[in-house]
Amino acid sequence: MGIRERLSGNEASAIAMKQINPDVVAAFPITPSTEIPQYFSTFVSNGDVDTEFVAVESEHSAMSACIGAEAAGGRAMTATSANGLSLMWEMIYVASSLRLPIVMSLVNRAVSGPLNIHNDHSDAMGIRDSGWIMLFSENNQEAYDNLIMAHRIAEHKDVRLPLAVCQDGFITSHSIENIELIEDEKVKEFVGTYKPEHYLLNRKEPIAIGPLDLQSYLFEHKYQQAEAMRAAKKVIADVSADFEKLTGRKYSFFEEYRLDDAEIAIVCMNSTAGTTKVVVDELREQGVKAGLLKVRVFRPFPAEEIAKALSHVKAVAVLDKSDSLNAAGGALFEDVTSGMYVNNVHVPTVNYVYGIGGRDTTAKDIHGVYSDLQEIVKSGKADNPYRYFGLRK
Amino acid sequence: MSEVKINKDTPASQMTPGGDIYDAGNAVNFKTGDWRSVKPVFLSDKCKQCGLCFPVCPDNAIPVKEDLKRTDFNYDYCKGCGVCAKVCPFGAIAMEEEGVK
Repeated sequence: MGIRERLSGNEASAIAMKQINPDVVAAFPITPSTEIPQYFSTFVSNGDVDTEFVAVESEHSAMSACIGAEAAGGRAMTATSANGLSLMWEMIYVASSLRLPIVMSLVNRAVSGPLNIHNDHSDAMGIRDSGWIMLFSENNQEAYDNLIMAHRIAEHKDVRLPLAVCQDGFITSHSIENIELIEDEKVKEFVGTYKPEHYLLNRKEPIAIGPLDLQSYLFEHKYQQAEAMRAAKKVIADVSADFEKLTGRKYSFFEEYRLDDAEIAIVCMNSTAGTTKVVVDELREQGVKAGLLKVRVFRPFPAEEIAKALSHVKAVAVLDKSDSLNAAGGALFEDVTSGMYVNNVHVPTVNYVYGIGGRDTTAKDIHGVYSDLQEIVKSGKADNPYRYFGLRK
Repeated sequence: MSEVKINKDTPASQMTPGGDIYDAGNAVNFKTGDWRSVKPVFLSDKCKQCGLCFPVCPDNAIPVKEDLKRTDFNYDYCKGCGVCAKVCPFGAIAMEEEGVK
């Protein structure tokens, strides 16, 4: 029946890692994810896990050590944020192209510069095309649950891709909220044992990993990665269904909050969804048909499903907590609008870049977005799709 | 050992994930000797069978028989690096320009 606890997002993630008990954790401390390896190294010292903890000298080495451990046949995990992820950059692509199902807890923070340690999604958006599965989490419970589901998804034979579980730095990672944990033995049973088909430490089958891959081969290997990402959708749905049987907590590609009869909708990810739900409830009390679509699975991107879920609304606002600095809208906006266009859903849609560098996102801000959407519905016009809120222009 | 033989006509569906190679020692299938621009020549009358040359070969281009005596170069794999000629104390390996004679 679960264990009632009160934990920060970082504590919840570290406890998920303890229950998963991976073979190797290699990590380097960086705000705001520092506590995860910190708590985890305590579990190692106390003998609560069997994990080899590698205290590396950089994030490049952290990801390299995870790659080595996974290639050898082990289960490897890490945690990082922002500039730490930037330093992993080269190895992020190596991990996914070698099809190693490493699991990372990515505590989202603004990538420098200028230097800022607070939350936005610029770190996550940097790896959106790297071949990692990316799950976003509204709160500590979802950060924990997504990690418990992560290995089942990443290690599936049809997938074999690394996976990052995102949560908002400080807002989620350092806020203590109530949480329901799963019993240790149930997690162990759910996650299962990692049994790779081919691995370096198999004496019966000497293999080579990471060969030179020139003009005749790389294209096909990238296609295999793309196919694996497409196949991941079914696996994510299956694992989420099993997880619901275990915990009663339902996870889909995205959460539709009062969306089915909504006329205006916000699309966003992570903690902003919590703020938006409060505003949706307030607006509903006033008779305004507001709804929310909270993206959980960002990679693979459920373009068709999102387009369908938004097809009946009259105006949409997509909130990006990272500016793509491209004069054409943020990453989530591009994905959502591209998905709508391709699936022949034509709803006036605007983009808001917000919350950069930890700028507070308040209920008042979200009310402002819904007011703008009501205006768009009334006038039938969406002038200037590239907008901001919370910014001093 | 996998039976799969992958070449430039193999479709993606039949290639190994990530390009993993499950055939140990499959470098023998790729004859790389045509990379060579300089060629070692084995002068068997000067060779004392001291055994210094074949361990330094970065490939496997100096065959050694069961009696531990070396034989002539395997030019299918020798890339002409010349390490063996440098290490030979007896001048039993001469380096010649490829394609001159």
